[in-house]
Amino acid sequence: MSMAPGVDVLDFELPGSKAVAAFEPILVGVVGSGNLEVLLEPQSTPTCRFQVETSARGFGAIWEAVVRDFQQRHSLSGVQVSIHDMGATPAVVALRLAQAIAELPRAQP
Amino acid sequence: MGTRDADLPRADASRWDRRARGRHARLARAEESLGAHARGKVVPASLAVEVLSAVIEPGDRVCLEGNNQKQADFLATALTKLDPARIHDLHMVQSVLALAQHLDLFENGVATKLDFSFSGPQGARLARMVAAGQIQVGAIHTYLELFARYFIDLTPQVALVCAQAADRDGNLFTGPNTEDTPAIVEATAFRGGIVIAQVNELLDAVPRVDIPGGWVDFVIQSPTPHFIEPLFTRDPAQISEVQVLIAMMAIRGIYAEYGVQRLNHGIGFDTAAIELLLPTYAESLGLKGKICRHWALNPHPAMIPAIEAGWVESIHSFGSEVGMENYVRARGDVFFTGADGSLRSNRAFCQAAGHYACDLFIGSTLQIDLAGNSSTAILGRITGFGGAPNMGSDARGRRHASPAWLKAGAQQRTAAGRPALAPRGQKLVVQMVETFREHMQPAFVERLDAWELAEQARMSLPPIMIYGEDVTHILTEEGIANLLLVRNDEEREQAVRGVAGYTPVGMARDRRMVENLRDRGVIRRPEDLGVDARLATRNLLAARSMRDLVEASGGLYRPPSRFRNW
Repeated sequence: MSMAPGVDVLDFELPGSKAVAAFEPILVGVVGSGNLEVLLEPQSTPTCRFQVETSARGFGAIWEAVVRDFQQRHSLSGVQVSIHDMGATPAVVALRLAQAIAELPRAQP
Repeated sequence: MGTRDADLPRADASRWDRRARGRHARLARAEESLGAHARGKVVPASLAVEVLSAVIEPGDRVCLEGNNQKQADFLATALTKLDPARIHDLHMVQSVLALAQHLDLFENGVATKLDFSFSGPQGARLARMVAAGQIQVGAIHTYLELFARYFIDLTPQVALVCAQAADRDGNLFTGPNTEDTPAIVEATAFRGGIVIAQVNELLDAVPRVDIPGGWVDFVIQSPTPHFIEPLFTRDPAQISEVQVLIAMMAIRGIYAEYGVQRLNHGIGFDTAAIELLLPTYAESLGLKGKICRHWALNPHPAMIPAIEAGWVESIHSFGSEVGMENYVRARGDVFFTGADGSLRSNRAFCQAAGHYACDLFIGSTLQIDLAGNSSTAILGRITGFGGAPNMGSDARGRRHASPAWLKAGAQQRTAAGRPALAPRGQKLVVQMVETFREHMQPAFVERLDAWELAEQARMSLPPIMIYGEDVTHILTEEGIANLLLVRNDEEREQAVRGVAGYTPVGMARDRRMVENLRDRGVIRRPEDLGVDARLATRNLLAARSMRDLVEASGGLYRPPSRFRNW
């Protein structure tokens, strides 16, 4: 894995119970200072996987709390969430995740 | 009256006219020092130091007009040139410490004591000088509180004020930026004091008389126009999507919820976002005419789209805003204007209006603690809060009702389990923050810096801007905490934690209790309010740039050059 200097790469895989109907990849946000890009894609494993690349190092604990809360609320299954972050605040992260999830087809229980 | 006087024990008549005699002595010294150069009340700028030396005495209380916009900067510089061997130990009373000269006075030994309201730009230097014992601070006040003391125990012997124009009789035209001048001059002139005004121009006749010439002793035309700060201009291009989201929540969850008709906004991008969502988002919710009709507010450029869309019935202003002069003049139905057409602002009256006649204040802060206390005071700076504590507090003396005020009061009394108390309303006081400020500084803290600052500067109180007991709602990107609905301090703490996001304070929440508070509507998330995060984009703003604001004004708004970025 090639890793740019000064970039943290975080990987979380969490169980989920709500399988999402087939969907085209969803992209919200932009990679720019203080901003981030969130990409949702279908995946075959019945979990929700988060891959976070962030230019702001040392915030792993906050990212973990963010993705755990997200998955606790949405319990997605079969979704990969890729995040490219350029030092966004948690407020921006939450907004982008909310915008992305709103574009998903209604998850099946 | 003669009979009554005769009935009184005969007093030495001189005991009762010391002020008048003192005033005459000061004026006589000024006349002597000016000699042939005195032409009535008009003093040449080259003799400013001489006239100040003649009228000011050691130990005087001197009010130097400086507020958050206009500054009597020429007179401030002249004061720093006084000879401290002759004039010393001045007690400065003033709204705002904004200029370097304001503190130079203490460094060069002319002044020793200070009572003030706000020191934004000089806050760090002030803290250092207080620590070094160079300044004795009496107290840090709100604007209204300091004006009040001008009439009780801090009446100036000499007031140095600032006006746009004067005539040869000393009539002053303070124009759109009247601000603090009437309060200062009234207190000084009617208690035997001396009033000196610096003016930008001398005219044969002023456009309107804001301060009667009979209350003014000297006018000096300053070589350059007084400094004025465009403090209330926010470029819409810098409003973030998170600010749009928070503004959407404010409109749905607070303005619409309580039917807020009369309000005051603090300065900042957060409130500018709300102003720019009125003609778009709020209009789409059918709220026009139901909220935001009457304002205590400076002429914020961000209000132009809402005004043009017919949202606003009236705006009374503390001060003005550079570039808004022609727009205000052309919207006389909305603003308070003189017969000459230009804005008349008045900080004292507008502060009273914001305190007693508005149902809501909303503003930002830097730190909020677990009790909801909030402060912009941070370590190493002594800044004060200007008008925010008066805007952001319940008016306990208020006796007129409005639906918004009654609803807030009823919520509080019910939650407190004291429905038997005599009914009264409560002002809505909203603090809006993103959970992290820039550089990932958490806005929520266990302990405000204010406590440590109070210890360092030996203040008798921690400098809290808005007390938790006055805050009714805390609004962040995570949601709204309605503190009117909490039943005890434990619930209050969890309500604060429950909107504190991923700050350490937010992460330490009791999750079950926070969910319970959400079930009861104490905490409401964007989705609980029907706020669709997908709409939270800059496209929702009625103006997205300075140029958009100019166009919305039909070219009447003329931003200062530093905001002309197109």
